[in-house]
Amino acid sequence: MNTAKFSLIAIAIGAAVLAFAHWFKVDYLYFASYTILQFIVLATAWNILGGYCGYVNFGSAAFFAMGAYSSVFMHKFYPLPIPVLILIAATVSGIAGFGMGYLTLRLRGSFFAIATLALAVVLQTLVVNWEYVGGSRGAYIIRPENVEFAGITINYIEYLFALMLTLAVLALVTARVIERSQLGFGFATIRDDELAAEACGVPTLRLKLIATTLSGAFMGMAGAPFPYYIGYLQPSSAFGLEYAVNSIAMPMIGGTTSWVGPLVGAILLGSAQQYATVTISSAVNLLIVGLMLVAFVIIAPNGLIGLVQERLRAWRKP
Amino acid sequence: MDISFDLLLNAIAAGLLLGGFYAAVTAGVSISFGMLDIVNIAHPAFVILGSYLAYFININFGVDPILVSILMLPAFYALGTAVYQVYYLSFEKRGQESLRGLAFFFGLLFVTEVSLILVFGVDYRYVEAAYIGPSIHIGLVDLPLRMLVPCLAALALFGAIELFITRTFTGRAIMAVSQDQLALQLMAADPIRIKRIAFGISIATCAIAGALLIIIQPVEPSVGREYIGRVFAICVLGGLGSMPGTLIAAMLLGIVESLTATFYGPSWAPAVSFGFLLLTLAFRPAGLLGR
Amino acid sequence: MSALLHVDNITKRFGGFVALDGVELMVKPGERLGLIGPNGSGKSTLVNCICGTLQNEGGSVRFDGQVMDGLAAHQRTHRGISRSFQLPRPFHSMNLVDNLRIPLLYTVHARLGPLRSTGDLDARCLELLEMVGLAKKAKQMPRDLTQVEMRKLELARAMAAEPKLLIADESMAGLSHSEIEDILSLLVQLNERGITVILIEHIMSAVMSFSQRLAVLVSGKKIADGKPEDVVRDPEVVRAYIGQ
Repeated sequence: MNTAKFSLIAIAIGAAVLAFAHWFKVDYLYFASYTILQFIVLATAWNILGGYCGYVNFGSAAFFAMGAYSSVFMHKFYPLPIPVLILIAATVSGIAGFGMGYLTLRLRGSFFAIATLALAVVLQTLVVNWEYVGGSRGAYIIRPENVEFAGITINYIEYLFALMLTLAVLALVTARVIERSQLGFGFATIRDDELAAEACGVPTLRLKLIATTLSGAFMGMAGAPFPYYIGYLQPSSAFGLEYAVNSIAMPMIGGTTSWVGPLVGAILLGSAQQYATVTISSAVNLLIVGLMLVAFVIIAPNGLIGLVQERLRAWRKP
Repeated sequence: MDISFDLLLNAIAAGLLLGGFYAAVTAGVSISFGMLDIVNIAHPAFVILGSYLAYFININFGVDPILVSILMLPAFYALGTAVYQVYYLSFEKRGQESLRGLAFFFGLLFVTEVSLILVFGVDYRYVEAAYIGPSIHIGLVDLPLRMLVPCLAALALFGAIELFITRTFTGRAIMAVSQDQLALQLMAADPIRIKRIAFGISIATCAIAGALLIIIQPVEPSVGREYIGRVFAICVLGGLGSMPGTLIAAMLLGIVESLTATFYGPSWAPAVSFGFLLLTLAFRPAGLLGR
Repeated sequence: MSALLHVDNITKRFGGFVALDGVELMVKPGERLGLIGPNGSGKSTLVNCICGTLQNEGGSVRFDGQVMDGLAAHQRTHRGISRSFQLPRPFHSMNLVDNLRIPLLYTVHARLGPLRSTGDLDARCLELLEMVGLAKKAKQMPRDLTQVEMRKLELARAMAAEPKLLIADESMAGLSHSEIEDILSLLVQLNERGITVILIEHIMSAVMSFSQRLAVLVSGKKIADGKPEDVVRDPEVVRAYIGQ
């Protein structure tokens, strides 16, 4: 199936979901689905660098928060429509991804991972001390009731939902395009054996920088609408540990070798967490995510899609 | 900004004491990361675990926290060997340590922190001991005992590990395994067993480091995360696997953090160590005394 | 005739250990050079410094008239240096054809521009696999290969980059006599097409029959460099191999 066909199918599914949600008009459904869509973007973005190239990013929250805070900054400085904010966030987070990659990707993968942790904390400290965007007290963003679009009035929640849906489709299509391209091939050699890749002529640093920039940009884009969604943005929520853990757990549990993994992981884990947070408690829900991550990483290194693939292979052999 | 001399002196003194303590926390990572090349980012979580266990026994039975930690050494050592065994079988053997090993330790960090939240809640906890409170005064400098005692204990721990590494057979085998596994195998020592012992020791240090931590400051589950940056910054700055380097780097970091907190405010303190780490990784990854 | 490769007095240290101590080596275009030396003499370090996997500290490496110092490994591969690794390093998530596709896509295309369609690429990969006798296993994964077959894959992958200089680092260890003959005739074929070859080996019969010139490396220093039959009779060389 070529990319154009896939994109059309993805958009069609997205439009169907949107129509379904619009028909049933349950606000909670919008909020829950928004969170899951957000995780689809984060998990897919993480996987571009983590699953395809083999470089672990512990600081997904940093890039997400950068997107969120660039929106807050613009809101106070010069309000702009959200799609523009998304582009700004993509640029800011993309540059940050590039910069960090440039500084640390020449070192081993483990140093890069530690550097990403450091980045998240440094950024959080900077934001906490930055009064213009609210500092530790947080920032309020008043969400308008509706938005005008070509003469039609759309409920703001539906608008945010549609935006996040678009981002999710975009992320998935991008991941799939990369996977099937020469770029994705190059990424796989970096993951398999970086030294051999270099010897074969693969410009590993350049490819890694592309991966960190793309990954960072998408995470930033996921964060851009967040302040409008949540209404009150505090550093502790933007930089929350659940973003770091979920961006890693979802692709690892779903499967890191293809775009399907993060999607599956995000939907399953995201839904389970929504359910758990409401019925049990948010702390227990996070504990379960952590335990599942550890369990899957030990038992099923190729994630759920890996397990499915193995089952199919075993079933095919007579 | 009026920099009073005695404020400066006290900040430096506090930094030195803090640095000694940081060295103890980092000693374990010096072994696991510096020598075994295992990125155990869950190390601070084990330290916090040690803090909470010290707290629990101290509050309920009145035992001195440092004593508690010494009693817990065997348990933590066993925990370390168990974790290494899982890590080795699941990742090192399959050559997957870069991606999945990291995710594994991250998961452990997370699970430990959240479990502590569930059991103890998010309130700050602290211990009670005779030396928490009084200070000694030397000239212009105030040395609070609650920092002096842990610093001395930390230096003792540090010295003990250094002696172990350089003077005992097992210790030297650990250094050897970090440099040349094949040679070690040819000397009929099982490298996996040596690594397991080393990792066990690494986690055992967390018991003591944890007790020292909760003497110095009140503890709540997310405190561990601040230490990830500190510990790896010190390790990298000091040059991986070099114990003397780790001590110097720890002191340096302690002083810089203390000066920052005193003159710029404590909310900037986390940025110092993590900022140091980023700068070191970007510009001098071999460390100050690097190989 | 000017040298294709000029290793000009390079040094390389690892901490306090001096791996290469002022090594000087020149290779003429189209030459067949053998490089021998006891284990730990620095042969692999030398290869790594020539190829860019490691950067030399003193001296310089010149290839085809250009200074290579500071260039990354992939840049040197683009300029025509190719190597096989002593311990095979295949891309284990891809089958053999895809393993060979990588140097074709990233080196040959980079140098010449994308000339080939996917079909042509596949054909070229199979051709290379045929040359090393692995065509039947084209769609299999590296983990299904024997050690010997992995060495052949390693060599095929180095050849796929269409190098001007091919460095074969101990590709023949563990091969049978006929397999060694096969690899040797393959290397000679490549050489006849104009590819300069440096052969690093312990198997003396192979080295002697293949090399036009022989260099000997001991403890990071080059102690002999000349016609194979002269070098093996050099008393210093004999001492290095048989011991003091």
